[in-house]
Amino acid sequence: MKPVIALRIRQSRGYKSRLNREQSPLSMMAIPILSVLLGSMVTVLPIIETQAILPPFGLMMLIAWRLLRPGFWPAWAGLPLGMFDDIFSGAPFGSAALLWSLAMIAAELIDARAVWRDHWQDWFIASLIIIAVLIGGWMIVGFTGNKPSLITLIPQILLSLLLYPMVVRIAARLDQWRLAT
Amino acid sequence: MAPSKNRPRGFSRKAQYGLFATYVLTVAGTIFAAMLLAISVVDPKGFSALRKIGAEITAPVARVFDSLRRTVNDVGENTSAYIDAASKNRALTKTVLANRTKLIEAKAIRVENARLRSLLKLKTDEAGHIAVGRLINSTASSSRRFATLSIGSNFGIADGQPVRGPDGLLGRILETGPTTARILLITDANSPIPVMRASDGTPASGEGLANGLVKILPVNFGVNPFKRGDIIVTSGNGGLFRPNIPYAKIIRLTSYGALARPLADPASTPYAIVLPIYEEAAATAQALPETAPQAGDAAP
Repeated sequence: MKPVIALRIRQSRGYKSRLNREQSPLSMMAIPILSVLLGSMVTVLPIIETQAILPPFGLMMLIAWRLLRPGFWPAWAGLPLGMFDDIFSGAPFGSAALLWSLAMIAAELIDARAVWRDHWQDWFIASLIIIAVLIGGWMIVGFTGNKPSLITLIPQILLSLLLYPMVVRIAARLDQWRLAT
Repeated sequence: MAPSKNRPRGFSRKAQYGLFATYVLTVAGTIFAAMLLAISVVDPKGFSALRKIGAEITAPVARVFDSLRRTVNDVGENTSAYIDAASKNRALTKTVLANRTKLIEAKAIRVENARLRSLLKLKTDEAGHIAVGRLINSTASSSRRFATLSIGSNFGIADGQPVRGPDGLLGRILETGPTTARILLITDANSPIPVMRASDGTPASGEGLANGLVKILPVNFGVNPFKRGDIIVTSGNGGLFRPNIPYAKIIRLTSYGALARPLADPASTPYAIVLPIYEEAAATAQALPETAPQAGDAAP
């Protein structure tokens, strides 16, 4: 019979207390925020495209966190995060700030109506929000001059919707790390 | 199910006021964002300082990733160059011989061109370039088509200057930071460029469609003069872009003109050459926007 040695899970913890531990408040706050900011900064990578194809990872990360942890973000969080996204997105400054604020309000309204949700419903809600924000961004580009055809958005929308579950997985994994003691 | 209007929010006054304050902040934030947006629609350069700071801070990261990507690409290209080298060599030798006579002819034409130009006393900055850089990233998630150039005003780059790659026109400088610059690519929907057909100089206007293609609109409406495979080059009208920079190749005719694919692919161009503004008059008009409308001008 094998001896039971699996009880000691983490070697590195050494002599620290295994009772009454607390999460680090810094990582609890910082990990979701940084993950959204990094998602917005994906455009920094040398991806040079002649059409908009890259999904809005910042927005997807924000929605994933918002649906995963409904109480985490204050409803006004769309404004600062959106302003940061505007620096890197190339859209007119203020467009993501406005659209992300509206997205957060929409999430708030949906939360009040559909309280118990599963992953499929979350995916559906996120899809609606992502499509609305992408089309909103496209309309805002139209305010500043010629509007590209709406068809150019379809590949980006499809890619965003299909990649959303992956973003949720990343957010969930980060959430485990965030709340680990 | 919609929540009832008078839902009890608990008895804690503090919690109720906190919730109320959050809602007030949210609405105020949304209105603030709408105001920011209105400002940047009216004045597209208004927040360029913020974008420049963002580009400057992230440029080192972009440069590192860009050089990594290039190294990987080079390994692939060097390896594939060995495959079938002998027959390639034969074909290339044949092409070089054929091109030699063409080159001599071209040289003669250039001399004649310069002579005619001096007769006309056209003051144009024909020769030379300002600097050579690389494209390090692009706004791949937005409907606007911008790219970032790895050099900025430290190499004498200024707003409005055309940018081309070895294959053709890429775009023009929109915002210049200290060590980076933002390029408006020709595929952007707000990037009209005066062009002509290379073979006979049929004037037209090129404009991006934001999906990787450009549309070519003939200046003289009526009969559609274009054919598939026509090469479109810049015409030099408007004075921003010098003539004969390769622009696009027509792939499909439409009812109003033609769809064309840009000859230079920003994703694979090895370097980007910044050219001076073609005519001095255009340079001064560029320095004073909103005064004189010129071809090739896009507001933001």
